[in-house]
Amino acid sequence: MNSRNPQLNENGTLQHLLTTEGLPVSVLLHILDTAESFVGVTERDVKKIPLLRGKSIFNLFFEPSTRTRTTFEIAAKRLSADVINLNIAVSSESKGETLLDTVNNLSAMNADMFVVRHAQSGAAHLIAKHVRSDIRVINAGDGSHAHPTQALLDMFTIRRYKREFRNLRVAIIGDILHSRVARSQIHALTTLGVPEVRVIAPKTLLPKMVERLGVHVYHTMEKGLKDIDVLMMLRLQNERMTGANLPSSEEYFKYYGLTPEKLSLARRDAIVMHPGPMNRGVEIDSAVADGKQSVILPQVTFGIAVRMAVMSILAGNQT
Amino acid sequence: MQLPDAEELFQILAKKIRSAGIQNIALVGIHTGGVWLAQRLHQELNIQRPLGMLDVSFYRDDFDKRGLHAQVKPSEIPFDVEKSNILLIDDVLYTGRTIRAAINELFDYGRPGCISLAALIDRGGRQLPITPQYVGAELKIPDNQMLELQRNENDKLSLKIYDKTSNHE
Amino acid sequence: MIDPKQGIDTVQDIFIAKGKIVATGIAPDEFQASRIIDAQSLVVCPGLVDLSVRLREPGLEYKATLESEMAAAVAGGVTSFACPPDTDPPLDEPGLVEMLKHRARNLNQAHVYPVGALTQGLKGERLTEMAELFDAGCVVFGQPDGLLSNLRILMQAMHYASTFDFSVWLRPQEISLTHHGVAHDGEVATRLGLPTIPICSETIAISNIILLMKETGVKVHLCRISSAEGLSMIRDAKQQGLPVTCDVTINHLHLSDMDIGFFDSNCHLMPPLRSFSDRDALRHGLLDGTIDAVCSDHAPVDEDAKLLPFGQAEIGATGVELLLSLTLKWGLEMRLPLLKTLSKITCDSAQILGINAGNLSVGKAADICIFDPNDYWKVTSNSILSQGKNTPFLGMELPGKTKYTLVNGHIVYEKQN
Repeated sequence: MNSRNPQLNENGTLQHLLTTEGLPVSVLLHILDTAESFVGVTERDVKKIPLLRGKSIFNLFFEPSTRTRTTFEIAAKRLSADVINLNIAVSSESKGETLLDTVNNLSAMNADMFVVRHAQSGAAHLIAKHVRSDIRVINAGDGSHAHPTQALLDMFTIRRYKREFRNLRVAIIGDILHSRVARSQIHALTTLGVPEVRVIAPKTLLPKMVERLGVHVYHTMEKGLKDIDVLMMLRLQNERMTGANLPSSEEYFKYYGLTPEKLSLARRDAIVMHPGPMNRGVEIDSAVADGKQSVILPQVTFGIAVRMAVMSILAGNQT
Repeated sequence: MQLPDAEELFQILAKKIRSAGIQNIALVGIHTGGVWLAQRLHQELNIQRPLGMLDVSFYRDDFDKRGLHAQVKPSEIPFDVEKSNILLIDDVLYTGRTIRAAINELFDYGRPGCISLAALIDRGGRQLPITPQYVGAELKIPDNQMLELQRNENDKLSLKIYDKTSNHE
Repeated sequence: MIDPKQGIDTVQDIFIAKGKIVATGIAPDEFQASRIIDAQSLVVCPGLVDLSVRLREPGLEYKATLESEMAAAVAGGVTSFACPPDTDPPLDEPGLVEMLKHRARNLNQAHVYPVGALTQGLKGERLTEMAELFDAGCVVFGQPDGLLSNLRILMQAMHYASTFDFSVWLRPQEISLTHHGVAHDGEVATRLGLPTIPICSETIAISNIILLMKETGVKVHLCRISSAEGLSMIRDAKQQGLPVTCDVTINHLHLSDMDIGFFDSNCHLMPPLRSFSDRDALRHGLLDGTIDAVCSDHAPVDEDAKLLPFGQAEIGATGVELLLSLTLKWGLEMRLPLLKTLSKITCDSAQILGINAGNLSVGKAADICIFDPNDYWKVTSNSILSQGKNTPFLGMELPGKTKYTLVNGHIVYEKQN
């Protein structure tokens, strides 16, 4: 029944990055500001700095994800850390080894940091709770719960293009129910002072009492996109496209897919974001994804800098 | 201790650099005090090449002990480092570790032709084989004290000395 | 001495001979005490009757054993308890039940009342030999994992049970609505991204059961009510005069989904912990009698099975040693006299189970719990005897510690100082 935020130590400094929920504004801004410096580094000829030389970072991916794993790997390598990739989805868990067994084994190999992706909500919290105190844990996505580095790179992108958070209207569109990205975005946006965050989705893709997270609920793009400055699209998983959540991807695209016509309902200078990988023709039209208002590729670039910032801050914070 | 006037020291330093008559030089200031000095020198000496700035936080050797500085500023080197003649500028030269970090960082931008070093004050206590080419003054400061360059709202520079409360370079 | 059944709350002696209570107040003629228990400032009440204690035997001995859990029960002042059929294999054959009764009897501790499986293997396909199971020692028949997916089988099982006037114990949960859910469909699950179990999973099941009761006329006990809405349906059914009873667990009486905090797997329970207002409704429902009894829903889980992400962690909490304390805590918070509080874990639960226990009448077997209501104790893995150390109440200070437990007049537990 411990209610202290498990990612902060007694002094309020970041020990692990597990969720954006409950993080003070100062911690979020520190990460974004530090990331600014790393953007400079990633634009140089020599993109590597010696900050984490000699540190071992383990990418523990219990759920396959090439893209996210790669961005963490690049970030770690640019910081001169040693990176070990473990695709545990196919190794230990199938041999019956428990999550904590795996973690304890790797801890014994002198790991300094774990980057964890797991299909179960709360997996990163569990690891952070039981790991040796000098090891840092970064949640790279747990179930439908959180994906904090994605949300932070989204915040970084918004700040780059919109400068201020305090005068924005932001809409998150798509499968909110199953999305760890959406949850982390909502907490980050509300913490950073965005006055109006909307979610737009059919009722089968919205969790109960979602408005308690501080968002306004819309069920149509026509109403929801009015006066919007930032559109954050979500990926629709294949398995949700037909069945109990939605009748078909075609119907979804017709009513919730982002087309140039629907985009024109938002503010003229609105930006369009997507965490990737995109389903073109399902949640987003190619004309929008590749259009002038899309900042989807810069998101990817900034993602490296933001993950470098998170890794450096965590590695530098003393226990 | 009676501290010298920082503005006077700056004039001495500027004069020394000017009289050296280096051609086609590029200035790089080290955050934060070094950048203030570099900005002033850039004007004073009428330097053509754009001013560079370094925040050496990512290159420090005490990261394991102290972590990342709270406010890291982006490094900015707006000229081609390759074969350049670079003058590195810091406010207070002490152990030499900051300069080591700065030189390392510069090399990640390219291979400079030559790097020289200017400091407003050399307070001694070197831990690395680093010697400045230009100094405003040499001033022996005990190890338990910190010497810091400050700038007020009118951009006027001054020096401040105080007892160390935490480990500083 | 407090006996809710007889409405007695007074300071007086109890005299025990040959395993039975022979008198209260004044000693019978020629009574010679071979041992005197000084219970000054303590409460002497009937041994507690718990409606759900899992012994994990047969089949799941790595979680707990008969020995460990029987010792835990008497340490909690529990002298009789029902044991759900969800063992491995389930209690669906007379031989299994006889073996369990035999093993339990040999330990000479609390009385064990097996709940027979309503269907073979609890699979919901074929009826069990209920009459044979009854003869072997099953007192009631149940389906603890939730409602049968096939309502026709359920109806037939209820018909069959009613033939012999057996009670049917059901946990109201519509499986198709539970799906893969692990938490209450509310703000907490939304925040934590946990798959949810809506309240209608419970209410639709209750509705079905009530309609089937009307069809079959069977007596039903609804186990582990979790929602305010479910409770109000039961209240209505009772007002209609249907023979329905229900219970609540110590966990649902005190906790809500908020207690999950940051994925505390000890709060992975079934039914899930629901909202604060549901919890409040349950507390008042117990007070006004809509809920008939409190049970521990004791489910010892081995530590490894809880050291998993919330949704993968095994369901259940240890609790038989917390039944007394957490019921007392409820009574204190509701400002109830001990007499009323204790009825929920003595005579009222005995009546649901259909056994003559949970009272201190003269002539009855001397099953007695003696506890200190003012002794606050801390729940830790050391202070719990059960092999399962998994409870959301770890670290909490709770009122009421059992000092002595007597079964058939024998001291089966005595607290060491």
